[in-house]
Amino acid sequence: MDAQIQNTARVDLLLISEMVEAGSRVLDIGCGDGTLLQILAETRDVDARGVEISQLGVNQCVARGLSVVQGDADSDLVNYPDAAFDYAILSQTIQATHRPRHVLEQLLRIGRHAIVSFPNFGHWKIRGQVMLQGRMPMTTNLPNQWYDTPNIHFCTIKDFVALCDEIDAKVEQAVALNAMGQKLGFSAPLFLQNLVGEQAVFLLSR
Amino acid sequence: MSKPLLKDLPSVSANRLAQVLEPESEVARFTKTEPLVLDSGEQLAPFSIAYQTYGILNADKTNAIFICHALTGDQHVANTHPVTGKSGWWTALIGPGKPVDTNKYFVICANVIGGCMGSTGPSSIKPRTGRPYGLDFPVITVGDMVRAHMRLLDRLEIPDLFCVIGGSMGGMQVLEMAARYKDRVYAAIPIAAAARHSSQNIAFHEVGRQAIMADPDWCGGKYLEEGKHPHKGLAVARMAGHITYLSDEALHRKFGRNLQDRKAVTFGFDADFQVESYLRHQGFTFVERFDANSYLYVTRAMDYFDMVADEKGILANAFKGTKTRFCLVSFTSDWLFPTEESRAVVQALNAVAANVSFVEIETDKGHDAFLMDEPEFNATISGFLSSAAKTRGLSGDAELSA
Repeated sequence: MDAQIQNTARVDLLLISEMVEAGSRVLDIGCGDGTLLQILAETRDVDARGVEISQLGVNQCVARGLSVVQGDADSDLVNYPDAAFDYAILSQTIQATHRPRHVLEQLLRIGRHAIVSFPNFGHWKIRGQVMLQGRMPMTTNLPNQWYDTPNIHFCTIKDFVALCDEIDAKVEQAVALNAMGQKLGFSAPLFLQNLVGEQAVFLLSR
Repeated sequence: MSKPLLKDLPSVSANRLAQVLEPESEVARFTKTEPLVLDSGEQLAPFSIAYQTYGILNADKTNAIFICHALTGDQHVANTHPVTGKSGWWTALIGPGKPVDTNKYFVICANVIGGCMGSTGPSSIKPRTGRPYGLDFPVITVGDMVRAHMRLLDRLEIPDLFCVIGGSMGGMQVLEMAARYKDRVYAAIPIAAAARHSSQNIAFHEVGRQAIMADPDWCGGKYLEEGKHPHKGLAVARMAGHITYLSDEALHRKFGRNLQDRKAVTFGFDADFQVESYLRHQGFTFVERFDANSYLYVTRAMDYFDMVADEKGILANAFKGTKTRFCLVSFTSDWLFPTEESRAVVQALNAVAANVSFVEIETDKGHDAFLMDEPEFNATISGFLSSAAKTRGLSGDAELSA
């Protein structure tokens, strides 16, 4: 969805691809230039499809031989039938949707599993910037000013867990990544993950 | 560019008429006992399908690509045209080393039923009377065109197609073929197409048909028997149609308000403007290679095309259970088959979780952009075909079939 986010998201893409069972059917929503789709097709032998909002991204994907359509996560997921995919993936995109809850519900409807990755707004650096500078935070992962960021619905890991509870989504796996892209143990307490995790990847099911 | 006047149009070109009866193409002939059953309920027999092929069919017969031509196209997609002497209409896309690589694929293109380049149409001879069909020719549909294509494939003993590609009316045939013959179409590329012809498009076609029928030389459709051809009406139909294939931006870029070989307007009705001269030229050259009655029948087929109504309002049902890989392409400045039409098809395909790609190409060239050499369009077709070829297990150049 946003080129700058895509570039720094490689680690979460690899993590996501490890969560996907080989040979499955996958829909990647907000697939950008198709990096994840390519990884999935090459390493997991999946039937990989994508949805991307920018026409440039779509055209690049199709020219690379990927099955991608132009579409918007907020409005177009309703067109897909129930349980059409084994995995519906939303990487680094939920924070840029208008209706994150609706989108998440749609993911869980059209996929047997949903995989969601997002930047954690509860990370200590972000908290520190707000507290000490009194300004909207900017980091290497989130380089945009508040007025031109595509990210309109930031959340923390705790917020996301709460939303999963609210819509009865089962968290099968949750991984927080620190600034170095290293995994924090699943067993680490939630408050610590929320503090040290720069990104999070969730594997969900209904 | 000369400035032809409609009154100076040539008489029927003998060469063009010869293409109806003895086309410079391969012809599959179906006898009286092998009728084509039409959507209207009528049966057409005997009938012929004129077609061209390029490249070599591999031993497994897995590398066949079928090209569906548009309203005024024909089977001469990648060879010199026998009437006009011009190169094929889709050489930007098809040929050795091109996105549709004839070193790798076996490419087939057939003249549609109702056409005038050798497939049976209104200027063909009606067996019972020994005279041209004229308006006795049954009204045909896009479904009938596709049914005829499948009969040709049966005759060529090609069980299924690796891909079917077409723009505009060709795209309609692609959608129809993919929906009706799901197990015979591995991949499909409908370009600048729609699942139903819009009201506005029917309206433009009606203008064209009325122009033809208003020409006294149309003779109630029996002009061939009278040794005439409604050149003026057909030229006007082509001029009106041609405007719809372009865009305001493209016309402005190409001609603006520039005058044709003169410094000032002449205060008359000569072709003062370059755009007028251009349109007259388009009309003039078109009548040399196209039959007026075919224009009536083929535009009618497009008008009748409505896959949505065929599926009682739910287009997705047409594609239920499809395993075909789809790649839809539209163009930003195409107002005849705008992007929304393609998007409606994409939505229907998504509703059945079909494997679909959809690319909108930014261009000011209008509907006809699909016939031009657009790098982004070529990259789309190349990328999609290579990927589909990989999953189908096609690789490298075609081997000679046994």
